[in-house]
Amino acid sequence: MAEINRHDNRLGLWGWLGGGRWGVERYAYILHRLTGLGILFYFLMHIVVTSLRASGTYLWVEGGFFHRPIFKLGEFLVFAAFAYHALNGIRLVLVELGFAVGKPIEPVYPYKTSLTVQRPLLIAMMILAAIFLAAGGYEFLGLAK
Amino acid sequence: MRETKYWTWHMAAGVVILFLLGLHMLIMHLGGTTHLFAPYTGEAVSKENSLFRDGRLFFTVTYILLLGVALYHGLYGLRTILFELTLKRAVEKAITVVLLVVGLGLFGLGTWAALTVHSIAIAGARG
Repeated sequence: MAEINRHDNRLGLWGWLGGGRWGVERYAYILHRLTGLGILFYFLMHIVVTSLRASGTYLWVEGGFFHRPIFKLGEFLVFAAFAYHALNGIRLVLVELGFAVGKPIEPVYPYKTSLTVQRPLLIAMMILAAIFLAAGGYEFLGLAK
Repeated sequence: MRETKYWTWHMAAGVVILFLLGLHMLIMHLGGTTHLFAPYTGEAVSKENSLFRDGRLFFTVTYILLLGVALYHGLYGLRTILFELTLKRAVEKAITVVLLVVGLGLFGLGTWAALTVHSIAIAGARG
């Protein structure tokens, strides 16, 4: 089996969270990870809580432990994290597969980067995420009946 | 090569989750707007509406599928983030084993619950 060449993460935690001057895509990626960790934390608890229904315990229905405003707020935050993570994830997959980054060109001054080519994709995805957030907020505020 | 394969599965799992969790969100969190698969009055997550969905084979199958792909996607993502700290081989191995055990355990629990509730809903025991 071929060994993977790896480099030390000299920066430690800052290597995870610091975007420096890498541009807005790098910060979108950091937020992608943070929302991913949040969703994972919720999901692991969600599996246990929803599995309790097999024994007839429905903690999330009216009168149940999780049917409180604070958990409703948490639910909205999970929804918001999912909307962002999903739409930014589509962008990351497309970019990883080579879509929306333009064709390779000769490095002629003034140099062009693929970032300017893929920026519209980020903007489009964030607009879609904002629409989903607004729809979720409408529901969260109890305006939808 | 192996890690590349796992990473490709991670991305493919993300696409599957996009559809299944997207549907889940439309039913559960936008239920007041969409009114999808919630024929009874009250919230989409009410006991009656939950049992209605649990009694449908489509939901039981997709719950288990979503459970599997989401656990893989989430835990492999966590593993990738942790490995970026350039840990010792033994620590990396231990993390992999712990995540594998947690993932398989929760998959077993969720699958058991989905199948149990499906049979209860079909029998109408809590209807």
